Amino acid sequence: MLAFLIQRVLQAIFVMLMVSLFAFSLFHYVGDPVLNMLGQEATEADRAALRAQLGLDQPVVVQFWNFIVNAVQLEFGISYRSARPVTEMILERLPATLELAIVSAIFAVVLGIVFGVYTAIARGSLLSKFIMAVSLIGVSLPTFLIGVLLIYLFAVNLGWLPAFGRGETVRIGSWWTTGLLTASGLRSLILPAITLGLFQLTLIMRLVRAEMLEVLRTDYIKFARARGLPQRVVNLRHALKNTLIPVITIIGLQLGTIIAFAIITETVFQWPGVGALFITAVRFVDIPLMAAYLMMIALVFVLINLVVDLLYYVVDPRLRVPGGSK
Amino acid sequence: MSRSDDPAHGLKGHEAPSRLQAFLASDIVYSWKRQPVVIVASLVTLLMFAGAVFAPWIAPQNPFDPRQLHLIDAFTPPLTTSELTGNFYLLGSDGQGRDVFSAILYGSRISLLVGFASVLFALVLGTTLGLVAGFRGGWRDALLMRIADIQLTFPSILMALLIFGVIRGFLPRSLHAEAAIIVLIIAIGLSDWVQFARAVRGTTMVEKNKEYVQAARVIGLPDVRILFQHILPNVLRPVLVIATIGLALAIIAEATLSFLGVGMPPTQPSLGTLIRVGQDYMFSGEWWILLFPGLALLMLALSVNLLGDWLRDVLNPKLR
Repeated sequence: MLAFLIQRVLQAIFVMLMVSLFAFSLFHYVGDPVLNMLGQEATEADRAALRAQLGLDQPVVVQFWNFIVNAVQLEFGISYRSARPVTEMILERLPATLELAIVSAIFAVVLGIVFGVYTAIARGSLLSKFIMAVSLIGVSLPTFLIGVLLIYLFAVNLGWLPAFGRGETVRIGSWWTTGLLTASGLRSLILPAITLGLFQLTLIMRLVRAEMLEVLRTDYIKFARARGLPQRVVNLRHALKNTLIPVITIIGLQLGTIIAFAIITETVFQWPGVGALFITAVRFVDIPLMAAYLMMIALVFVLINLVVDLLYYVVDPRLRVPGGSK
Repeated sequence: MSRSDDPAHGLKGHEAPSRLQAFLASDIVYSWKRQPVVIVASLVTLLMFAGAVFAPWIAPQNPFDPRQLHLIDAFTPPLTTSELTGNFYLLGSDGQGRDVFSAILYGSRISLLVGFASVLFALVLGTTLGLVAGFRGGWRDALLMRIADIQLTFPSILMALLIFGVIRGFLPRSLHAEAAIIVLIIAIGLSDWVQFARAVRGTTMVEKNKEYVQAARVIGLPDVRILFQHILPNVLRPVLVIATIGLALAIIAEATLSFLGVGMPPTQPSLGTLIRVGQDYMFSGEWWILLFPGLALLMLALSVNLLGDWLRDVLNPKLR
């Protein structure tokens, strides 16, 4: 267990180092940071001063070291475009993205498992065929198109829900703002959350269904049925439980994808989150902001991968026995 | 399959008819004929490809030529003949009097061009790297697979966005609009090569130990020739499958980037750009400017996707 843990942590650190190297070279080689910050009118002396202040006159290795030390302290420099500290810009928009991501993840996981179990148990029923057909379209539709169509239907045509924005927010603590406590905030959340979660929903549903069908065919399920256990117990306690390993993996990995795909949803709904900020950064080649976002999302992904790997251990006892895995 | 069944076989056209016959009798055609969904998907795909290729001849107007746009026809609803100019607008017109149908034809041209080019780019890059990594092994293989692992950790749309931003950083600002199409192709291609490299590497590692490769080595052929003339034809099956599914993904990726405003500029719109532009008109009631390009994208992506799934099942049932 310990060896496995250490190996995984080392791997995670390696990935983060590679990503930092990439982010660092972005900052270092794409355009001239000094020119970008000072503009055309600055004198040579100003430039030299800024160069020294940023540490750009030092050897590259030292600079990389400084970059990592700064990154660990969440220090990513100043945005080229708005001249504000990048970390501050990201932090003030983080709550919006996280709330959206978590709500749509819950939406996707709960409905995905429910639909998946249902379509597996009632395989031939009309409703489950309908769900499967809709899910095929859900997989093929690009996220942004789903969002646009939902806006058109529910905001423009029916006028039930707001088309964009986050609604009213309430401040909790020193920097966290939440839209979960106001009626308009909750109403604004519905369409973006569905848009963001729909693809994950179909994915989880199809996976749960496939795994369930596999498990329902095994001998111990037949035996459980033969023992006269109630359907609910057989389906949920015996079957569903054993489908959970691949499902947990996918859910874990999809959590990162949800945060990444929030970029698209946030743009469609003009949601004031980190993803929309990143798109602006790409459009205006705001390198510090891009680098910081990259590091943040990499950290999220690496942490999720790590947690998923560790969860295996908790869920599957076979992995704890040496040589017990397949 | 057998040549003797062919009545035309005999005096002329030795090869052509028999090959066609062999193709018509193959598993692929058999499976194609038995699946109505696949037939519809291929017809839709074919229709949209033809529409894109022959756009200049089919489209009533060239949407990029300002002289052909009639500003007084702006916001004509679908299926309407304009009373002012007498032009017929099948799918309506937008705020500049641009025919939406023509814009879709020209837009899908760009969407397909970017899709095909970026898949081709990813295919060539990934296949070459995969071949070398699988054949040589050692540090090349280790390095390549580590890079692939890291890249696979992140969703490809995020990679494409990042690469797009980085390439833009190297380009002077004045070139951003003109070079958009090439930058897009490189960005989407670079975000997609891993699939090819992985599949080819795996197959190559199996193939390189087979007798025909050993024989080629024994007679002293150079490695490059063994790789590209002997092993390559034997690893192409999975490549073809990945390319078809990759095409649908690339079309969607292009549309997404363009929709986000970091792809094709409005002066050279792809389907994604058209949807982006159409979104502004949605609130004022001109639904057709948004809906028809969206529908075109949906049909294109869905049918190519279905074809890819079908091809995967036929060519490689194990992947299912």
